[in-house]
This record gives sequence, C-alpha cells and structure tokens, in this order.
Amino acid sequence: MGVEGIGASVVRKEDRRFVTGKGRYVDDIKLVGMTHAYFVRSPHAHAKVKSIDSSAAMKMPGVVGVLTGKEIVDDKIGNLICGWAITSRDGTPMKMGAWPAMAPETVRFVGQAVAVVIAETKNQAHDAAEAVVVNYEELPAAADIRAAIKPGAPQLHPEAPGNVIYDWTLGDEAATDTAFKSAANVVSLDITNNRLVPNAMEPRAAIADYNDAEEHFTLYTTSQNPHVARLVLSAFYNVAQEHKLRVVAPDVGGGFGSKIFIYPEEMVALWASKKVRRPVKWTGDRSEAFLTDAHGRDHLTKAEMAFDASNKIIGLRVKTYANLGAYMSLFSSSVPTYLYATLLSGQYNIPNIFAEVISVYTNTVPVDAYRGAGRPEASFVVERLMETAARQLKVDPAELRRKNFITAFPHQTPVIMAYDIGDFGASLDAALKAIDYSGFPARKDKAKKEGKLRGIGFSCYIEACGIAPSKAVGSLGAGVGLWESAEVRVNPVGTIEILTGSHSHGQGHETTFCQLVAERLGVPISQVQIVHGDTDKVQFGMGTYGSRSAAVGLTAILKAMEKVESKARKIAAHQLEASEDDIVIENGAFKVTGTDKSIALPMVALAAYTAHNLPDGMEPGLKEGAFYDPTNFTFPAGAYICELEVDAGTGKTGFVNFVAADDFGRLINPMIVEGQVHGGLAQGIGQALLEGAVYDASGQLVTASFMDYTMPRADDLPSFKLNHTTTLCPGNPLGVKGCGEAGAIGASAAVINAITDAIGNNKLEMPATPDRVWHAIHGNA
Amino acid sequence: MYQTTYHCPSSVEEAAALFGKGSDSKYLAGGHTLIPVMKQRLAAPSDVIDLGKIKELVGIEVSADALIIKAATTYFDILRSAEAKKAIPAIVHLASVLGDPQVRYRGTIGGSIANNDPAADFPAAVLALGATVKTNKRSISADDFFKGLFATALDDGEIITAISFPNPAKAGYSKMRHPASRFALTGVFVVKTKSGDVRVAATGASQDGVMRVPAVEAALKANWAPGALENVTISAEGLLSDIHGSSSYRANLVKVMAQRAVTAAG
Repeated sequence: MGVEGIGASVVRKEDRRFVTGKGRYVDDIKLVGMTHAYFVRSPHAHAKVKSIDSSAAMKMPGVVGVLTGKEIVDDKIGNLICGWAITSRDGTPMKMGAWPAMAPETVRFVGQAVAVVIAETKNQAHDAAEAVVVNYEELPAAADIRAAIKPGAPQLHPEAPGNVIYDWTLGDEAATDTAFKSAANVVSLDITNNRLVPNAMEPRAAIADYNDAEEHFTLYTTSQNPHVARLVLSAFYNVAQEHKLRVVAPDVGGGFGSKIFIYPEEMVALWASKKVRRPVKWTGDRSEAFLTDAHGRDHLTKAEMAFDASNKIIGLRVKTYANLGAYMSLFSSSVPTYLYATLLSGQYNIPNIFAEVISVYTNTVPVDAYRGAGRPEASFVVERLMETAARQLKVDPAELRRKNFITAFPHQTPVIMAYDIGDFGASLDAALKAIDYSGFPARKDKAKKEGKLRGIGFSCYIEACGIAPSKAVGSLGAGVGLWESAEVRVNPVGTIEILTGSHSHGQGHETTFCQLVAERLGVPISQVQIVHGDTDKVQFGMGTYGSRSAAVGLTAILKAMEKVESKARKIAAHQLEASEDDIVIENGAFKVTGTDKSIALPMVALAAYTAHNLPDGMEPGLKEGAFYDPTNFTFPAGAYICELEVDAGTGKTGFVNFVAADDFGRLINPMIVEGQVHGGLAQGIGQALLEGAVYDASGQLVTASFMDYTMPRADDLPSFKLNHTTTLCPGNPLGVKGCGEAGAIGASAAVINAITDAIGNNKLEMPATPDRVWHAIHGNA
Repeated sequence: MYQTTYHCPSSVEEAAALFGKGSDSKYLAGGHTLIPVMKQRLAAPSDVIDLGKIKELVGIEVSADALIIKAATTYFDILRSAEAKKAIPAIVHLASVLGDPQVRYRGTIGGSIANNDPAADFPAAVLALGATVKTNKRSISADDFFKGLFATALDDGEIITAISFPNPAKAGYSKMRHPASRFALTGVFVVKTKSGDVRVAATGASQDGVMRVPAVEAALKANWAPGALENVTISAEGLLSDIHGSSSYRANLVKVMAQRAVTAAG
C-alpha cells in the first residue's frame, strides 16, 4: 500500500488551512459592489399576511431595496420542490402544498421569510428590516404531530386535508397479521424519535452575483451538492438557466444533511441580485439556523415484534407518524419511507414485516435528512424492540440477537433491501469482548453495593449507504439519479488533479481521495490535488450525503484512474519499446517487468502533451472522466455496547464504557474513519441524552439557542473504544461501505437500552435528561 | 447590535458620573448577559460604562473574620486565589464549577449578583453566608439585597464595590448543572456559621430567584449531617418548571444538592 496509500492513517491535508484560519467559507468572500440581505421573518407559526408596508424602511440609510413575497411570485420564481414522489396506499400521489421562497399570503412556521431588505451593509439591512411593518392575522397553529392529526385541527394546506401528506405502506400486511396471530410472544413499544436541530458549525450563507452583460449568475453557497443546487435552481425555480448559472460551494463548515437542500434564501439572493443589479450576500446567524435550517427525525411510532416459542422473530409491525414540518423540503418525503422502513429488518431474519408511515404537516420548520436520515429511526425501533424482547422473554440480549442474526448472504429482506454481505456475529463478538461482557454482572453488583445503578445496553445496527443505484431509486420515486462522476487530469509535469462531484465539508476527501492515487501510482499525495465544489470546474456530481462518497464518488475516481492508467501504460510501452502487458506501475514509474527499464510518470505525461512520439492514432493529453452508478446499496453494520451508571438522586447518567465494533468494509484512512465514528457517536449519544427541539403549543421554538438546546460537549461523552471487523463489500471494486453516519444510527438505542436496564423502567423517552430519568426511576410521576 | 457609546472609566466615581450623564446608561461587568441581549437587539443602552478596568474594583482581601472580594474580580481570579481557598474553600469550589473556562475568565462576582439571574451561582453563596454587599453609597446585607428575578436593592446607577463574606465554621456548595446553559439547574449552598446558626440558600430552583430553605436549615441545625435531610420534604410550589426540570424534580434537587453540599462541607 505504501505509506500514503489505502489503509494508511495519513494526516489530513486540508487541516492546515482549517486550523490556521485560512479556510475560505462563503462569508469570507467579498465582491466589489456587494450588498447585504436581511430577511423579515414571521414571528407567528401560522398567520395571514394582510399587508407589508416598506415605505419607512425604504427611506432608511443605505437601503437599496425591499422585496416581498408577492413580488417573487409575480416574477414567476418557482415554488420549492420535493424531489421524491411518494404514493399513498390508496394509490393517490402525495399531497404537497405550495412553498414560495417568501410567503405572499400565509406564513406557516416561525421564521418563514415574508420580505427581504437589501442594503449597503448588514447592519443597515437589519435596521431597515425592523422598520418593515407587516400586518398579520394570526391563525391557530398545529405545532406537533398529535395536534396536527386531531379532528378539527388547524389546516395548513388546502391540498392536504387533515394535514396528511401521504399514508404509505411497505411489506405484506396480511402475512404479517397472520404471523402475529400465531406468535408465542409479542413485544410492543411506543416510541418517540425526538426532533433534532442539525447545528452545523458554519451557519448557512449565500452570495449571488448577477452579471448584467453576460446575463450570467454566480452563486456562492453553503451546499453539500452544488450541482444539484444548480440543477434544481434552473430546472424548477426559474431563477437562471443552467448554462448561465455557476454554483460554488467553497469550504463548508459541516452539513450533516442540512446543507443538501436548496433553501429560499439562495433563491431570493439570486433573484434579488438581478433586481438590484448588484451582488447580494446573506449570512444567517445562529438564531436563523435554529429557526430555518431543516430539522431532523421527529417520529411517533407504535412498534410490535412477534416471536415464536423458540424466540425466533416471526413478524414486525410498525406504524409511524412522521412530522415533515410546514412544507415539504427537497428529500423530506423519502426520509421516513424508503430510507426508514426499508431498514426495519435490522440485522435479523424477519420473514414478515409491515410498515405504515403517515407523514403530516405541522406549523414547524421543514424536517428533512439529518445524519443517518431515516436509518437512525429504524435502527432505534428495531434495537429497542430487541432489548425489550430480551427482558420480556427473560433471555440474554446478546443471545437473542445472535439467535436471529442473518448469517447467509446475499439476503433478501421483506422490505426491498438485499443485503450483500456481513458478519453480524463477528461484530457482536468483538464488542462483547471489548466491554468484557462476562464481567458485567460482577461490576453491576459492585456498583449496587456502592449505591449506583449500573446498566448495559446493546445496539446492533445496519444501514444502507452508497446511495444509490439510479434505476432502483428511480423506480421508487426519486427525481434524480444517484451516480457520481469524476475526472482525472494528469498535468504535463506529472502532477495530478482529481475533479469530483463529491463535496467535502468535513469528511477529509482532500486526503482520502489522494490516497487512492498514491495507492495506484505510487506518487506522494502532495502531487495530487482534489478539485470539488464548483460547477464551472467539475462537470457534474450528485454531492455528499448518505455515506456515499467513498462507495460511489471514490469508485468513480477509480474508474477514471483505470482509463488514465490504461492510456499511460500504452504511452510507456511505446516509449520503452515494450509490450503493454509487460508494463507495471511502481513508485510513480512505469516499468517493464523483469527488466530495469522504466519511465517516470512525469515523462509519460510530458510525452502525452508534447505528442511528439505517441502510438499511432493516439490522441494527445492524459485526462479521463468516468461516471459510476452503483449496482446496489452498501450495508455498513456493527454492534455498539454501552455501559453506564445512573445517579439515582439526580437522574444523571455517567458513562462507564462505550464500545463500537463496526464493519465498514475496507478502510481508506483509519484515522479519518475513527474521527467520523467519534462524530457520529457524539450525535447519536446527543440524541439519546441531550438534544431535543421543542416547539410550544403555539408553534414558538422553545429551544432556539444553545442556552436551551443541549449540544453535546466533550465532557458529556465517554472516551470511545473503537473496533473494526471486516467483510469487503462485493458491490464495488474498493470493497468500501461507508462510515459517516454509523455512529449516529447505532448509538442512541445502546444508550437508552443501558439506562432502562440500569433503572429497571423501560418507559423512557429521548432525550433522557436527568429530569426524565429521575422521574422514570420514581415511577414516571 | 445598535449603536452605543462605550466608556472606560478609571475610577468608581468617574463611572457613576458617566452613568448620570447618559440617557439610558448600563454598566458593563463581565458582559455575559448585557452583550448577548445587545447583540440580539433586545437592549439598546445609550452608554455602556465598563467597570472591568477600574483597578480599585479588582482584588481579594482577607481580614480576621471575613473574606472580601472586590466586585470586578473574575471567577478565575477567585478560583485560583490561595487566600480565598484558605478562608472559604466552598467559594473557590463554586467559582470552579461556574460556566466554562471562557466564562470564568471574563465573568465577575459583582456582575453576577447585580444581575441576579435566578440560576446564577454566586447569589447562593452571598445569601447563605450572610455576606454584606458594599456599594459606592452604602452597605447592604444579603438578606436585604436580593429582590426576586433580576431584581436587587441597588438604586439606579449604584455600583457594587465589594462583597464581604464572614468566615463560616463550615460551608459547602453542590450544583446540578443545567444541561444546555450550565447555569445551576439547582445549586445549594449550606453554611454553619461560627455562632452555630445554619443558613442554606438555593439557586436555580425558585420562580423568585435565590431563596433560603428553612426546612433544610432547621433539619441541619438539629443535626449537621446529610442523613438529617432524609425525611425533609421540599414543596414544589413556586419552583421553576421547564423542559430541563419539572418543579418536583427541582424540589428533589434542593434536597439532594443540600445533602451533597453538607458532605462537601464536612
């Protein structure tokens, strides 16, 4: 592999600029003549906009213009779209209400924009925004699922009676009901999957620059997928034509899914830039991030699992209500359906599964993909059921899982997914060993003698990554293909540029992608540059989400590399007067095997570009592109075990140990993988113990700042013990599966299983705050 | 943030004079409350008068029977003060669990008690120890100083100069941190005075801000031991209730934190 090849824990190339403050984020960009936007946002969760008076604001210092929702509709800027069509069980399409970029008539969540002020400075824009007088007529609000589905609940959209967007099912209902009728034991749980605020370190921002002479737009934006942004902005939103719009996503400070979507502010900035003929910048602040970034999760679920007399699972029945907020965000419809219910088989052989998902509108900010996106919710349902079943059936939770593990691959689940490979027993064994499971009873006894409540909890998760085979997702309603593209450019001096559609916003692609080149050509990674995040440079790409960049993006690079290598091999053979079949690539040189004849890569590249002496008929240059469309999802899986103690006096949880045994297939850079798992576990544990977005009954966000929304801090978390077991993914040539979301998918259930074990009460909702745990200890009073 | 005029006086007298001149003046201490509300445009003082650079307001002194902490002394300076640790270690412990390092480097004891946030730590110490709050005009006893949420006995423009804590026989502080803000979800400061009296103050619990806890005081006066509180019941009536803690949970915390504070006090 070489010191910088696949499997080497190479230090991240990009960190030098990040840790020295040299990163270039959207807000760092300043254009000549740039103006600043400040949005006038609704203080009400549900209201009619009766009138907007901007006359006073227009007279304020520095104001360039005030634009309203009515004007954006009059200019025929399109409504925001949802890119995944879901069909209800009765055959009707999902019922989608209109979402204009600024509300012309009705606001449906606190923070929705009704107007924007453009001014010379941000402060002037803010001052003038306060002088815009909006006359609202307040309407009753439905701020959560229960309120929205109650008879007589306030209606959000005329298109969706009863606020129901779709009532969708997956699996065989009749067969599942039959299985339950024959069951020896049934385990049942009511589960709340708490709503989360993504809170990327960098708030969203956008700069739109309209060039009058060229009729051309440039948009600098905080995006995980700039090409998708360009596609949607041009094809659906009517702000610019695709060839007249360049989208640049420079350094982006974290996304976790929340920066996949195209937001109203980006549309308004583009439209406003053309209106005022000046560049327009908008940088959100943390309060706007809380109020307007798409939130995550927010499910209410009733789940039941049926067992036969030998404790084999014979059926799973799940009914979930999903809150999609006030409008359908870009991929919102797919998250609680195809990204959720398709994973309900977990790691287990479950012959019958039936899931019903009812998605509803509420007067809250839209909900969409957030690290894990549907899969954490599925994993939580399955793993809470398994732990509950073990307690109810009075069997060891590890053994109950092992008894039901899928052991033969490929395995077709009853919910679409066909698992290609895995060794769930190996992961569980590694985790059991790491936590010294056999020693737990003694540790628990000792803790009890010291007055402490100690518990242990498991979570054996599986996820579907490598998103996604285009044909498969197309057949399920996706509006786009989910392949990836790449281009490999070998420059005349032998340095290499990799152009990729996978955007890097914390994942470390600028290092790991170089490692593939180092592996194959034997050149140092310092000779390789990763180019991404600019639609003028990279031809196309579907972006970064769903733990797809290694499995899909890096495979596309590999395909392009193979083409480059093939051509370079021909040139080398020609130069060395050898047979192409005898050429091997070693340490940056092309060698004739078994001889001392070789030619260094720079000389091959130079030959390609001088074109003085190429094989007959060969085109000059050394540059190739490739598109890669995966043939299946990948299935990272693993076992997490959490051991903790609860302080009975305060309900506070203290970690004793948290071990992970993940199977991600081949690891490109184990250090970066470790970092990804740490971050994922922090978010999963954060969901279990700390984080929860709360709206009050009137639709005001109670947790609208870090004073009330508990972001995990380092001292809230244990020192993780990570292990890896490996089955190579057969679906891609690198054998990789993806590691970005696993921690967030698997951790929550392990924590809640451990706390409920410690306190002896299985009724406990997330986040399991000390208050809730204390009440659970003392009988849910 | 709206425009304001920033002043950096070098004496208490100059600060008070500047305050009188402004149409809507505010004193700035550590700034942890004033600056965020100004940034959110919820406060728009005409003049901001920084007390933090006034030398006569910084420092820690000990007398035969009291620890005197000047108002603009930071939590960090308190927690690393050998004199304070020797005189009243519970105060040093309180400063060490207050906020995070950034807060401790900037926040001041005078700012904390002048603001009287219902979940701030220092009001509990001031009230339980029966301290005297010294201002540029007078001395105010702790029992008279705190007047409910964000309210104190301070007159408009009055400046706290120092807090004098009488040395106790025993003192301890125990705090359950608010998970998000890390203020006190509930913190209890227990004191046995040199005359044998017991004073207990809880912060973060009551809707009226820092409070004495008579039931705990009576039980501890009879028997200074954590076990003495086993059968004490704290009423949830009048206690705060929010997403981080119900009133019954906070009532429990008053008792549990008091027990742990007694253990810490020895």
